Amino acid sequence: MKNVVYLHAENALNKAALEIVSYAQRLGGNVTVLATGSLSNDILSTLGNYGASEVIVHRTLSNNDDQNLTSWIASMSSEAANIVFSHDFTGKAIAPRLSVRLKSGLVSGAVALPESDGSVKVNVFSGKAFGFVKCHSSQRIISLLPNSVAPEPIGAACPVIELNDAVGPNKVRVLSVKKPEGAIPLPEADRVVSGGRGLKGPEHWGILEDLAKTLGAATACSRPVADIGWRPHHEHVGQTGVAIRPNLYIAVGISGAIQHLAGVNGSKVIVVINTDAEAPFFKAADYGIVGDAFEVVPKFTAALKKFAGQ
Amino acid sequence: MKILVCISKAPDTTSKISFTSDRTAFDETGVQYIVNPYDEWYALVRALEIKETQGAEITIITVGNASDEAIMRKALAIGADEAVRIDAEPKDAYFVATAIADYAKNQGFDLILTGKETINFNGSQIGGMIAELLDQPYISVASKLELSSNTLTLEREIAGGVEVVEVDMPAVVSCAKGMAEQRIPNMRGIMAARTKPLQIISPKGLDMLTSYVTFASPPPKSGVKLVDVDNLDELVSLLHNEAKVI
Ligand SMILES: Cc1cc2nc3c(=O)[nH]c(=O)nc-3n(C[C@H](O)[C@H](O)[C@H](O)COP(=O)(O)OP(=O)(O)OC[C@H]3O[C@@H](n4cnc5c(N)ncnc54)[C@H](O)[C@@H]3O)c2cc1C
Ligand SMILES: Nc1ncnc2c1ncn2[C@@H]1O[C@H](COP(=O)(O)O)[C@@H](O)[C@H]1O
Repeated sequence: MKNVVYLHAENALNKAALEIVSYAQRLGGNVTVLATGSLSNDILSTLGNYGASEVIVHRTLSNNDDQNLTSWIASMSSEAANIVFSHDFTGKAIAPRLSVRLKSGLVSGAVALPESDGSVKVNVFSGKAFGFVKCHSSQRIISLLPNSVAPEPIGAACPVIELNDAVGPNKVRVLSVKKPEGAIPLPEADRVVSGGRGLKGPEHWGILEDLAKTLGAATACSRPVADIGWRPHHEHVGQTGVAIRPNLYIAVGISGAIQHLAGVNGSKVIVVINTDAEAPFFKAADYGIVGDAFEVVPKFTAALKKFAGQ
Repeated sequence: MKILVCISKAPDTTSKISFTSDRTAFDETGVQYIVNPYDEWYALVRALEIKETQGAEITIITVGNASDEAIMRKALAIGADEAVRIDAEPKDAYFVATAIADYAKNQGFDLILTGKETINFNGSQIGGMIAELLDQPYISVASKLELSSNTLTLEREIAGGVEVVEVDMPAVVSCAKGMAEQRIPNMRGIMAARTKPLQIISPKGLDMLTSYVTFASPPPKSGVKLVDVDNLDELVSLLHNEAKVI
């Protein structure tokens, strides 16, 4: 059996890349990684550690070339039993196209390895439930939600084959990429510190930023906070914003409305800080502190610093 | 300029999510359906803004049964010009996408908009599938869309940043937060929606590629452990020793 993984890598191999290679390896059989991007062959070969048998990197195809990219992945996947993507911007753009091209079922938002009946567990109703999806095709395309499996090194570096084939014209032209300096991208973050209306104003975010910095966490917020402009829109988590599944989610001054929970209930551990002991968020939390954020957060940061210094 | 906006229904965001006793289907008892927020707030409203500033004719399309006409009338009340319902129970994403692409292929739409995902099945599949079926480019999860003559300029979020891209129409775009602001239909819109054309089409021989065999609810949380404000060292120790996340 053969499995194919597609990933795009520019500066480093992110966690999502290691997760999908590890996932494909655990499906059984050989894993061929199809890659695009400028990452060096040396770094790409380390995907062998996570179970890849080979990496084929196409240097002249870009990840925006979704039509040419789909053709290439389709042509390389004729013998594949499973084709695995990360359910991020690449998976969302390419996997549906490939599903049509190969006429193979797409399981999107997978959170676990297949069950014994061949069905795959996915998140539905914005994390409020799970579904088990079966494909009616012989090939199966899976896009895996980030943070669903823990990547484990099991092998050694693998060969990397470089392709520089000419590609057809690209219909999508990239004009620019704006990267916020130093920030941890929210969907990939392992730890997230999030603030709500309880913080009372954008000038109070310093205490959250200190906490986030101490933890190496990304920052997020509730929807009203983004809507009134206290924080940028890309930090809005929930049903209508970004859905995240970090290992640790710390919610400060957020009531825990059902639409907010829908975007964060996949987090492994939830800590809630709120003045109101009746706030609904406590029902979804693992640890809670009933108290004023302006008192609790600096104390929490200090306790973490003390712990790190020990 | 002709724009097609794909509209799906979704359970009201506060709905209790439960399943039939054999766990093979969503239990619709007492569930209020709304227009999927991404389709309404972002895709449809951005289409209306283009209509108001540059002129456009907006068709909405839904694959669904007669009961879905309520949410379609809402989309017409917000300002779409006409509606098409493909009369079929949506079986899977491929089924829906082939039905929509089949309708769209001879209609000369310049732009097809979908939501980023439905909030019930969270697939993010249909836009990309329609684009492939029509051999058009697809910009997924766009947070901004500008139009000048035949060219679209879009922003979309990628790993840790925002990418600005340009593409010529026809194209398919899936819409996310940032693209437009929510609008509430007014009385005039609601009255006008009653007489706007709603065409019903029967689908022919559509395939499906996937199905849900069963559903499950997440295990309940075991209950919150409260820590005292004056004992934050204990919280740190719990996170380290018990939860093992720091
Ligand atoms: C269709 C739809 C979609 C939605 N999508 C989203 C979404 O994606 N994401 C989202 O977040 N919301 C979403 N919402 C909004 C949601 O329903 C809530 O209104 C919102 O999450 C509330 O934000 P909040 O908790 O920051 O504010 P509030 O509800 O005002 O809560 C503030 C909390 O802070 C506490 N507090 C006050 N002072 C302090 C203090 N000094 N220290 C500590 N705690 C304090 C209060 O006790 C309270 O619990 C959506 C709503 C709808 C209808
Ligand atoms: N039954 C349907 N009829 C029309 N459009 C739909 C339907 N289901 C989904 N869509 C569109 O496809 C988008 C993505 O849906 P999904 O792939 O299911 O997450 C939605 O936001 C809608 O714009």
